[in-house]
Amino acid sequence: MPIRDRVRFILDGEVVELTGLDPTRTVLQFLREDRGLVGTKEGCAEGDCGACTVVVVAPDARGDALTVRAVNACIQFLATLDGKELITVESLAGPGGDLHPVQQAMLEEHGSQCGFCTPGFVMSLFALFKNEAAPGRVDIDIALQGNLCRCTGYRPIIAAAGRMYELGDTGDWLTAPAADSTVDRERLARLRALSDDQDIVIGDGVRTFMAPASSASLARLLAEHPGATLLAGGTDVGLWVTKAHRTLDPVIYLGRVGELSAIVADDDAVEFGAGVTLTDAVPVLLEKFPALEELFLRWASPPIRNAATLAGNIANGSPIGDSMPVLMALGTELVLRSAEGVRTLPLEDYYVDYGVTARRDGEFIERVRVPLPADGTVVRSYKISKRFDQDISALCLGACLALHDGVARDVRLAWGGMAATIRRAARAEAALEGRPLDDAAVDAAMRALREDLEPISDLRASGAYRLRVAQNLLKRLQLDVAGEPSDSLYAHGRAH
Amino acid sequence: MPMDARTRPAPQGPAVGQPLPHDSAHLHVSGRAAYTDDLPEPRDLLHVAVGMSGEAHARIDAIDLDTVRRAEGVVAVFTADDIPGSNNCGPVVPDDPILAAGTVHYVGQAVFAVAAVTVDAARRAARAARIDYTPLEPVLDPETAVEQGSFVLPSETLTRGDPAAALASAPHRLQRRVRCGGQDQFYLEGQVAMAIPEEDGGLLVYSSTQHPDEVQALVAAATGRDAKDVVVVCRRMGGAFGGKESQAALIACIAAVVAARTKRAAKLRLDRDDDMVMTGKRHDFVIDYDVGFDADGVIRGIDFTLASRCGMSADLSGPVNDRAMFHVDNTFFLENVHILSHRCRTNTVSNTAFRGFGGPQGMFAIEYVIDDIARALGKDPLDVRRANFYGEAPRNVTHYGQVVEDNMAPGLAAELEASSDYRARRAAIAAHNATEPLLRRGIAMTLVKFGISFTSTLLNQAGALVHVYKDGTIRLNHGGTEMGQGLYIKVAQVVADEFGVSPERVRITAADTSKVPNASATAASSGSDMNGMAARKAARKIVGRIRACLAARYGISEGRISFADNEVRVGDEALSFEAAVRLAWAERVSLSATGFYRTPKIHYDRETFSGRPFYYFAYGAAVSEVAVDTLTGENRLVRVDILHDCGDSLNPAIDLGQVEGGFVQGVGWVTSEELCWDDQGRLTTHAPSTYKIPTCSDLAPDFRVTLLPNAANAEETIYRSKAVGEPPLMLGLSAFHAIRDAIATPGQPAPPLDAPATPEAVLRAFYGGAL
Repeated sequence: MPIRDRVRFILDGEVVELTGLDPTRTVLQFLREDRGLVGTKEGCAEGDCGACTVVVVAPDARGDALTVRAVNACIQFLATLDGKELITVESLAGPGGDLHPVQQAMLEEHGSQCGFCTPGFVMSLFALFKNEAAPGRVDIDIALQGNLCRCTGYRPIIAAAGRMYELGDTGDWLTAPAADSTVDRERLARLRALSDDQDIVIGDGVRTFMAPASSASLARLLAEHPGATLLAGGTDVGLWVTKAHRTLDPVIYLGRVGELSAIVADDDAVEFGAGVTLTDAVPVLLEKFPALEELFLRWASPPIRNAATLAGNIANGSPIGDSMPVLMALGTELVLRSAEGVRTLPLEDYYVDYGVTARRDGEFIERVRVPLPADGTVVRSYKISKRFDQDISALCLGACLALHDGVARDVRLAWGGMAATIRRAARAEAALEGRPLDDAAVDAAMRALREDLEPISDLRASGAYRLRVAQNLLKRLQLDVAGEPSDSLYAHGRAH
Repeated sequence: MPMDARTRPAPQGPAVGQPLPHDSAHLHVSGRAAYTDDLPEPRDLLHVAVGMSGEAHARIDAIDLDTVRRAEGVVAVFTADDIPGSNNCGPVVPDDPILAAGTVHYVGQAVFAVAAVTVDAARRAARAARIDYTPLEPVLDPETAVEQGSFVLPSETLTRGDPAAALASAPHRLQRRVRCGGQDQFYLEGQVAMAIPEEDGGLLVYSSTQHPDEVQALVAAATGRDAKDVVVVCRRMGGAFGGKESQAALIACIAAVVAARTKRAAKLRLDRDDDMVMTGKRHDFVIDYDVGFDADGVIRGIDFTLASRCGMSADLSGPVNDRAMFHVDNTFFLENVHILSHRCRTNTVSNTAFRGFGGPQGMFAIEYVIDDIARALGKDPLDVRRANFYGEAPRNVTHYGQVVEDNMAPGLAAELEASSDYRARRAAIAAHNATEPLLRRGIAMTLVKFGISFTSTLLNQAGALVHVYKDGTIRLNHGGTEMGQGLYIKVAQVVADEFGVSPERVRITAADTSKVPNASATAASSGSDMNGMAARKAARKIVGRIRACLAARYGISEGRISFADNEVRVGDEALSFEAAVRLAWAERVSLSATGFYRTPKIHYDRETFSGRPFYYFAYGAAVSEVAVDTLTGENRLVRVDILHDCGDSLNPAIDLGQVEGGFVQGVGWVTSEELCWDDQGRLTTHAPSTYKIPTCSDLAPDFRVTLLPNAANAEETIYRSKAVGEPPLMLGLSAFHAIRDAIATPGQPAPPLDAPATPEAVLRAFYGGAL
């Protein structure tokens, strides 16, 4: 297979072709420092404030339509743009300087004060404009989860999100809202012309970025470079560079491996390839487990979900990752591949200790296999954090149990934020196993949790709070299963 | 989203009173508004990074910078010994070293600066130093500071009446200790400055600062120059909120020292984490109160001890704590009161200005007391608030001797009580809580009375510079800075109306110490009051000269000459404005003028804490309704009604933005924004991943904000408008008290909830204090 030594993407109608490239140079550095496109701002350099939001356009999985997605330029490595189109705040205004409907709406509704967060909001709103035809308040809240504004209090920005659909569509793709969008054939064709099945190897003469195009190439490269950094969405790896100033070499990027972007479902399980983003994984999971909607709405933000992968969330191994408690409760398995072959590991055996996983050098997570439980199985997950949106869990419960004639069986309770790793609570599970889910059983389980878990105190919560709320979440589970959920506070008062 | 029709008072002029967009809105939305880091970089620019202390309190034994100097891309490294002039960036007291000398006083204190060819090289190199310390005992919280007598400034007291006797004889009495947390400004644009050497020792400094004059003075002192040698320019900031009032100077001084020493342009832009660790925040307070009251809840006597975390130096802590003392009355008459204010020195970052400047903490204290009284008596807190409002003489004099001349609180409370349907909703909430044990609701009204003027009387001065060009266009400059609050468009509206031209003719220019000297900080909500007046005076000088010139030329009285609609009417004849200007120019009339304003009526004796520190008061009222999950303590704002007094607004769209944004920021302060330090004095919430300001979904789904109509300021402010920058922030206290209401049990004492009301704090309070 020939190797490509350059990265190509489209910016403002031009193909940008880069040969020499620092493997961890960010999109934001490229825009501001190399191109003088200083409209895109750095607010935090960790993907949490959204001042750097840009939009990436790419052919969808089938290759016959375009995806339009906001991402955080501050932690997105430039080389990952290969084969895509980058749209920045400077791209939106017309050639004569006419403001885009999103920009005009922000102006008319007084949506900017200091203006520093504004380009990021404009880009998140632009993504909304291209993806939703008639968003309501909750849709707007979700679209803006990844953007912080410290001046306005958000009300005028929400107003702008409604107003933008009423302003001039000049007929080109950029100004056409979602409802009017036909596939831009020419745009799609230009993007498809950039893609090929060559492995990319590019560097700055010292360090190297590799983007294999197949699973086989990936396994081979990883065998050759067992110490390589595996990069998927980069929403954590990006911070190793911007915050910890680590030097990563080589970087092996999973995003071009076609096989890894597949989602395969059968009667027993759904399998997510390691390249599947949260944005693509969540609708599939929600179809199977509708009760998880609140968890997934509160999980990160669109720019993060658009980049981050389900497998990356798991591989990262953080004790406060949001997907793992419920995936562990469901009995999820990981398919690990290396040059030597494939092995399957239950998720709960993957976490050895804080920051230590069972993944061996030369191995990568190829697929995440989520089993589909039998009818009558209750699946729930509750996340608790200081702020509803775009916050890291203080604790998170993933629960799975079969309920037959009111008696709980196969009880699995997995906890985030309650130990050095995501882990199950064996004594509490035993206290519920084979018993009706009544006050006596739940009280016993609540007491047993004290033996199962010894949460630490940190900035997100004290150990005492974590334990008390963990116990209360079992009470919530009981009420929830009994079909008398009190009104969810997350949804309270908010019209969908 | 339901939204009341916004009150649009009749505009007062063609431009003044119109809801014009922010002057930079078209630039903001298209990415073309240039912030300091966006400016074109001079040739050979050096990027600077700061090496910070890892210790809260320690003696520096040795600094080994060899590895830093040898790191890739590094050009020079500087310590305190390399500062050519004064090693101080303290604004009031010279106790703030630019780079630590001998001893470090907090984790994050700047110890050395690295200049390198790229940002990345500088930041990597800054981490390579080895510093040997001998640890010293740190003081990490205000309580310990009080015990040890560790203060940055002497404690202050203010007494009126005979509080001891009033307390002793009061029918009811309550005592409690309560805390309110600090708050990070979290401006989206981090601290940044770029210093450029000019010929003959000159320095041009682009600084993201609310106070260019102070940066000029401190940069001059640090680099061994005079004020005349240093120019400081700021076109706009990406937010400031007080965080760039004094503490922008540290960043500018470091950049300037590097530029002065290397003779190359130097830029320092702090990474977000470093910014949050290195620069000061709102003071957290420990409040002890002892209150005596009667059966109606009327306060007979009250004693407050306020202890604030000032951090390692004085910074602006003196006036911040003074303002807290001035605002422990809020809208209430305190007949017998004693306040003891401790300004605690701690080995944490030096706390500084933040929107409200001590006012929020003072109001937090008294509103908490009122709430406790109401619950002790089983009364609706609104009734107890009302019973304590300022009223007729003698109940109309503040504890510092200023007469409350326009007591708007009772009227605002009555109007909002009706328009928000407060009583019926309170009854519905009580019924809900009686039957729904898990998801409880609560409601509260709080009000704000905020004193407008710098308490340091001498700061209440402003200057402006206006040029009119031969083509009839105008260039406007004044000492105020633009941080998003819309000051520049408001002042431009004033100037446009003075000349009778459309606002597009007025070009607004960057704050620049070479144009208007000796300007005060843009702070204390005073920007449009003072700069609007100064600019009007400048414009009127020029208009007067043109009028006199035309009167002489046309031989008619000046009274028959008027400026409107881009024209000058001379008797029955109309000239275009530019023609009139050109005539005046041809007659050799000066078309440039300065304007100067000093706030009238104010005086105040710092020794006795008495006088009239404030020109007037700004008022507001808010009703917040919340829901609280009693299994987790999570809480959510459901509905908000606000009625706010902006006087006769200069620009109702801008003012509405200040009210809405200030309120949400205030809610953040008392709910989700929690600053945490570990036992070594390290801030553990130093990025948006760990420090949680409100997001879009936190805005109440039902949010109704109204600007009070027909509310001309009783004082002769610019167009009878009122300052609006800070006062609405304190309306956020209504959300805090709604949460208290939700978790209170009717007939029981109020639950002991500290701010911020994080889920953990709320659950703890719900369980009576222990989890």
